[in-house]
Amino acid sequence: MDAVTSAPARIILICSGKGGVGKTTLTANLGIALARLGERTVVLDADFGLRNLDLLLGLENRIIYTAQEVLAETCRLEQALVKHKQEPNLALLPAGNPRMLEWLTPEDMQRIVAMVAERADYVLIDCPAGIEDGFKNAAAAAREAIVITTPEVSAVRDADRVIGLLNTRGVAPVQLVLNRVRPKMMASQEMLGVDDVTDILALPLVGLVVEDEQVIVSTNRGEPLTLNGNGSPAAKAYQNIARRLRGEDVPLEDPSKARRGLRARLMNKIRKTTGLF
Amino acid sequence: MTLFDFLQRLLGRQKPSGTLAKERLQLVLAHDRSDLNPELLEQMRREILEVVQRYVEIDLEEGDVSLETEDRVTALVANLPIKRARPLPALVAAAAAVGMAEAPDGEPAPQELAVPLASEPTEDPAAADRD
Repeated sequence: MDAVTSAPARIILICSGKGGVGKTTLTANLGIALARLGERTVVLDADFGLRNLDLLLGLENRIIYTAQEVLAETCRLEQALVKHKQEPNLALLPAGNPRMLEWLTPEDMQRIVAMVAERADYVLIDCPAGIEDGFKNAAAAAREAIVITTPEVSAVRDADRVIGLLNTRGVAPVQLVLNRVRPKMMASQEMLGVDDVTDILALPLVGLVVEDEQVIVSTNRGEPLTLNGNGSPAAKAYQNIARRLRGEDVPLEDPSKARRGLRARLMNKIRKTTGLF
Repeated sequence: MTLFDFLQRLLGRQKPSGTLAKERLQLVLAHDRSDLNPELLEQMRREILEVVQRYVEIDLEEGDVSLETEDRVTALVANLPIKRARPLPALVAAAAAVGMAEAPDGEPAPQELAVPLASEPTEDPAAADRD
């Protein structure tokens, strides 16, 4: 690890309020993508009751220690950080294990994140679902946040609650990722549109991820899509989010409005006016 | 989409579900953000109408007091169509009831008033404590 740290680490909370909208998948893919861009990245699984980040990264058999042991000084931080084999710039740190009796406090989270941040460029905190203690713990150490949601009423409503809480905590900037976008349904207005969601939540969009079966395949394998240079639409979307986070200007295109030639545009128009196809 | 849905939509009788989703969300978020439950809102609506009715006759059927939200700012919007102003004696009585010295002008009042609510969590230190 570099002895000279140029800039302080970016500490980013990845949260959604509602469960199952893609927090952990985003954390895993973004972690790998940032690491591949040369950033020293640590992903912290703050959901110790139901932790799954290890599984998505294919590291489930390599966890020995957790943040809890580091804080209790029964092991060193280096021992608890699980390095990814194919992507050594990425390390995983679970906050705790599901059997642990005493839960971490917000102060514990701040301490462990401060330790990790000394040796990283990016710390991504995978937040548990909900807005109770798990969320408060995870948010305690975060400086900025990415809220991920899907174009569904329940997910957007829950995201709104979380955004309100992040605002009161002074976490900024808060950016939005819209996941599981179905361009066809959006074009026929049978799904909340990209603009609808950004208008309602009033957050800048940092990424759009289209519904992609490859996401399921990759979680089955424990290999995030961004790992093997897979050219699937979701993989590209995750890579673009990583680049935007680093300040690169990567244009965002609304897939439901994509111009793909006259015929497609005509069909889009028909779809929009009639709701057919 | 079924043929029935398609025909409904072609005839302009049914909104696409995405549009409906947005409208429903805007309404529910206005309530979520303001922390006002429907009963409280209803009570406030009744009291507002009561006060307004002291001054002018309003169309209760058409009257509407609701929360609207845009850019994370929630506003209380009252849209109260006025039938006519109350006769002067009634106005004086109403003014006396609320402790005002003079009766206001008998002209119909502006029909829409939007009052921004300071309900955004950022600006509410009490809300921060409740978390």
